[in-house]
Amino acid sequence: MRRLVLLTLCGWLASAAPAALAQKSVLLLNVSYDPTREFYQDINAAFATYWKGKSGEDITIQQSHGGSGKQARAVIDGLQADVVSLALAWDIDALHDKAGLIPADWQQRLPFHSSPYSSAIVFLVKKGNPKAIKDWDDLIRPGVTLVTPNPKTSGGARWAYLAAYGYALRKNSNSTNAANQFIGQFYQHAPVLDEGARSSAMTFSQRGIGDVLISWENEAQLVLNNFGDGRFEIVYPSLSILAEPPVAMVDKYVDRHGTRAEAEAYLKFLYSPQAQDIAARHYFRPRLPDVARQYEKLFPPMRLFTIDEVFGSWRQAQKTHFDEGGVFDQISRNRR
Amino acid sequence: MTRFPETAADKTRQHRTSSPLPGKRITLGFSVFYLSVIVLLPIAALVLRASHLSATELWSLATNARALAAYKLSLGASLVAALVNAAFGSLLAWVLVRYKFPGRQLLDGLVDFPFALPTAVAGLTLANLFTENGWLGKFLVPLGIRGAFTPLGVMIALTFVGLPFSVRTLQPVLENLDRGVEEAAACLGAGRLRTFVSVIIPTLFPTILTGFGLSFARALGEYGSIKFISGNLPETEIAPVLMVARLDQYDYTGAIAVAVVLMIFSFILLFTLNWVQGWAEKFQQA
Repeated sequence: MRRLVLLTLCGWLASAAPAALAQKSVLLLNVSYDPTREFYQDINAAFATYWKGKSGEDITIQQSHGGSGKQARAVIDGLQADVVSLALAWDIDALHDKAGLIPADWQQRLPFHSSPYSSAIVFLVKKGNPKAIKDWDDLIRPGVTLVTPNPKTSGGARWAYLAAYGYALRKNSNSTNAANQFIGQFYQHAPVLDEGARSSAMTFSQRGIGDVLISWENEAQLVLNNFGDGRFEIVYPSLSILAEPPVAMVDKYVDRHGTRAEAEAYLKFLYSPQAQDIAARHYFRPRLPDVARQYEKLFPPMRLFTIDEVFGSWRQAQKTHFDEGGVFDQISRNRR
Repeated sequence: MTRFPETAADKTRQHRTSSPLPGKRITLGFSVFYLSVIVLLPIAALVLRASHLSATELWSLATNARALAAYKLSLGASLVAALVNAAFGSLLAWVLVRYKFPGRQLLDGLVDFPFALPTAVAGLTLANLFTENGWLGKFLVPLGIRGAFTPLGVMIALTFVGLPFSVRTLQPVLENLDRGVEEAAACLGAGRLRTFVSVIIPTLFPTILTGFGLSFARALGEYGSIKFISGNLPETEIAPVLMVARLDQYDYTGAIAVAVVLMIFSFILLFTLNWVQGWAEKFQQA
């Protein structure tokens, strides 16, 4: 027994030693949400080159992806992320509220409420648009089935929900009753509510379920250009929401790892022309006007409302709509 | 799993022969330690976390409409799955033990398949099979039978994962069944049906019940396959999925409430199972 303990200890020491010696190169962990895999792969490579040139330091950035809420929870529960790049501000707020990992005013630390790129909610339909889906109203016509993730688990789905709800409010002169009814019907037309944006995209494009995918613009473009083989097309609704996926440095963990300078530089880099160009190539709407002009064709102008305009704030929207007993639960109860 | 009743002879034998493992105290001590670390510690951690919360808060979170619907589906679907397995698993066990036919060994091996297959793979495969465009769904969905993203799908997946439990529990008992008893029944003038109903079924019933209990317990705890076949819909939300959904919304208290209820379910099930097993042994010895 004692020998076993000794052996185990030796094993630990042996495995820990090389890690301690190899401190010269820096490691950052970026915990991100579902549809950013390919985007951050490119960003990380570009930043590593940039940082090597600037500071002479080798840097490796590891990525982790999943549903936005799940990812935030992993960080709260102890996944030591240096930076987080999630689908919505509420999930980063939780890092402050639940674990005190970041200050309350994190969103003011970087331009554009800490969202270096934006997106919108659009429709992806089959080539030729056989069901003639033009706008939100067409989604609740009899015989139309839609694919969208579950707002309880997916950040993108929450943006989609709020876009639909905001449209219904505008259309019915801000009547909450009418909007509740519309959103109820909306989810009646969903035969499956996947866990995240990427699984919904797969359900629609690979398994052939549904007539329309309610999706991030970037995810829709990705399906169109990478998995679609010309089988799909994008429909831009008359009104949608300005989706702003924010980024933040996790103060508590960068201080523990001694990576504050690197993490700050990494997030600032996202606003540089080079990173904005990468963002646009991955179908995120860039913030820099110069880059935006360059990619005008990719991003048709859309009428977009912000979450603050219609719902007050993410906290309020979360409480009214997605918390237990909120509007989404009420319309779900009618399904059971 | 099976409890062997100690007889007086066993007790004396224990003292006389030396055990092949050295040191009763060390092995016993280690066993207790091992069980504590592996089993008791996690349970204690859960109870400890729950004890920080007020009872009323826990109660309201454990019994709100969403949670009740989840228990109802969890218990209902597990019950259906266990019943189906008890019926068809028993038939399968009977065929595998009593009949010799080519491919029997292969069939016997297949029974373990749901054991070995990662449940996520099972869920994904079943979901693909039963969707509108799937091999089976193509024919079933036009008939109105939707086996994916519906409570029916949940039952199918739970039946799949629970099957080995009822078959494997019954098989050894069937093999050891004294055929002399059947012959005696026949000699006394009982027909085949009578022999089956009044001799074989009563002998096997406690074991079938145990198998039923095991596959019920397995179904109650299943998560991986349901994640896929339920389609994440509100109406197909089982209790373990609700727990994870609550965690994803940072609702730790709500998740613990469900966890505690699930733990109570498992305890009740465990004690019932043990009681049934004890009863079955007495019954079979008599």
